[in-house]
Amino acid sequence: MDKVQDNRAWFLIIPVFLIVAFSAVVPLMTVVNYSVQEIFGPGQTFFVGTEWFEAVLKDDRLHDALVRQIIYSLAVLAIEIPLGILIALGMPGGRSAKTSLTLVLLALPLLIPFNVVGTIWQIFGRGDIGLLGATFRAIGIDYNYTNNSAHAWVTVLVMDVWHWTSLVALLCYAGLQSIPPAFYQAAKIDGASKWAVFRYIQLPKMRGVLIIAVLLRFMDSFMIYTEPFVLTGGGPGNSTTFLSQYLTQMAVGQFDIGKAAAFSIVYFLIVLLFSFIFYTIITRTGEGEKK
Amino acid sequence: MTLTLEGVAKRVGAEQHLHPLSLELQPGSFNVLLGRTLAGKTTLMRLMAGLDAPTAGRVLENGKDVTGTSVRHRDVAMVYQQFINYPAMTVYENIASPLRRQGKDKAEIDAKVRRTAAMLRITPYLDRLPAELSGGQQQRCAIARALVKGAGLLLLDEPLVNLDYKLREELRAELREIFADGKTTVVYATTEPQEALILGGNVTVLHEGRMLQTGPTGDVFHTPASLECAQVFSDPPMNVVDAILTNDRVALSDGTNLPLSAHDRNLPAGPCKVGIRANHLTVLRRSERLVPIRGKVALSEISGSETFVHLRHGDTTLIAREEGVHSHPIGSDIQVYADPDRIFVFSSAGQLVAAPNWRRSALRNIA
Repeated sequence: MDKVQDNRAWFLIIPVFLIVAFSAVVPLMTVVNYSVQEIFGPGQTFFVGTEWFEAVLKDDRLHDALVRQIIYSLAVLAIEIPLGILIALGMPGGRSAKTSLTLVLLALPLLIPFNVVGTIWQIFGRGDIGLLGATFRAIGIDYNYTNNSAHAWVTVLVMDVWHWTSLVALLCYAGLQSIPPAFYQAAKIDGASKWAVFRYIQLPKMRGVLIIAVLLRFMDSFMIYTEPFVLTGGGPGNSTTFLSQYLTQMAVGQFDIGKAAAFSIVYFLIVLLFSFIFYTIITRTGEGEKK
Repeated sequence: MTLTLEGVAKRVGAEQHLHPLSLELQPGSFNVLLGRTLAGKTTLMRLMAGLDAPTAGRVLENGKDVTGTSVRHRDVAMVYQQFINYPAMTVYENIASPLRRQGKDKAEIDAKVRRTAAMLRITPYLDRLPAELSGGQQQRCAIARALVKGAGLLLLDEPLVNLDYKLREELRAELREIFADGKTTVVYATTEPQEALILGGNVTVLHEGRMLQTGPTGDVFHTPASLECAQVFSDPPMNVVDAILTNDRVALSDGTNLPLSAHDRNLPAGPCKVGIRANHLTVLRRSERLVPIRGKVALSEISGSETFVHLRHGDTTLIAREEGVHSHPIGSDIQVYADPDRIFVFSSAGQLVAAPNWRRSALRNIA
């Protein structure tokens, strides 16, 4: 077919341009603008070139936060992905009251606002009135997330697992439901073991949703802010200060706008880079298993 | 293997999916299950495979009762309507998988995989994943996987239905040769009478969960025991007209009189139903014996290189076959010719009374 030339098409994409410009490009450019200036007040700005970026890259506290963040995100993935798959495999299929109940129960944590999740766990973990804290005390463990770094760190991790594993489970469940029953029958006739069914039918068929689950959970956990902010405020010490906490301290606490802007850009690039790496790895390992 | 079904039935809740039926399949035989959608073909196959247990009756393999035995311990392979392969394995690994489970050694596996792949013409694709193949090749891979297992019973549940016309014809022709080796008992389910005729062997006609008839394909096609069975085994459906049988003619309810032929002479006089297959109701007058029927065209459809003309004649609608591609304006007058030698006579209740004479060798010509 001949290509049709029609400049009116530009009018149709103007709304998209405007929305993207105001929601993404303009704010991002503002940040870029801040990142190369020293700002004392309105009208008192000086161009400083790459100084802020150099400062950010040399910042030891930032390095610590980054390492903490990477370990945290990897731990989140290492726990939530296998756990989500296991839950999905164990869920009842078909249309029954049991299925509906399970789905509702699973979706429940996802419906709770982030700061409420933080508050729930803050109370849950308290030694005096919290069920979790009191239980630990009763069995003789001196659990205290407010002054023990390890306890605080694990609590934040467990809280994330409680909050988000459902998402992985629901995605996997959707993936499993799309497998035609004939596959299972064929495997049964072949005499395939449960493990073989999982490895050679279910896992390849869940690949698409797993890519989404890994990317979502990675990006979200890498940018985690609200829950540790409510639960521990980044402490004790810096043990639960993740990148976004540190960024907020810098921008809002110390009002280091220029440095915080440079940090934001680096942060953005890190998330982008990791997401790209994960995406590439997952798509490569299962090449051709799309169907 | 010899597969024997003794009064097997399947009931799910209040629904009787399969009424009790008995059947014996000989070792190495080729058996077609013919029936429309929901006739119970898949249900029957699942019982044969052991995927489901019958709610009544017994299943015997070589005389041994296997009614309750799980499919895992049966000697069976199955090919489905959908193309079922392990998505993460190459074609080679897919075909090799049943052999690996049997614990065969490497050299034997390799030889068998390559021989089977060659038979199904997928040798060039052994290193590919199923998703990288066309539908026809994927199904060839699935068939190869089932064949290589060397099971005593091979079940094929409408294996060609999801393929396009050309591929279907091609694969169907090859299947006959592939199954000709004669060790495996093959059961092949299809909705298409044409397919049953082309594949030959034995046919079992199912309709709404009941077995209507079973026997060599040619016998069943030419002497369907009942009107129902004839309908399932005719495409397009057989023309059925109420008639009165007298001692010198068959008077159809629409006023057409057919002279008696060798097969319907000397039958008791009285009301009956007459069945005429579309290919014995022709637009072309091939012989003076043929009896003209005038009507108006209701519809004309082209199938392959034939035309099927639906015509209204009085209260009845008839379907006539015409060689070649033709167009007939709706509502135009048309004259078709019925062959009095080829009519089926059924009782008013639908039981076969007389079928046209046929030579057993005739089937080969059809196929």
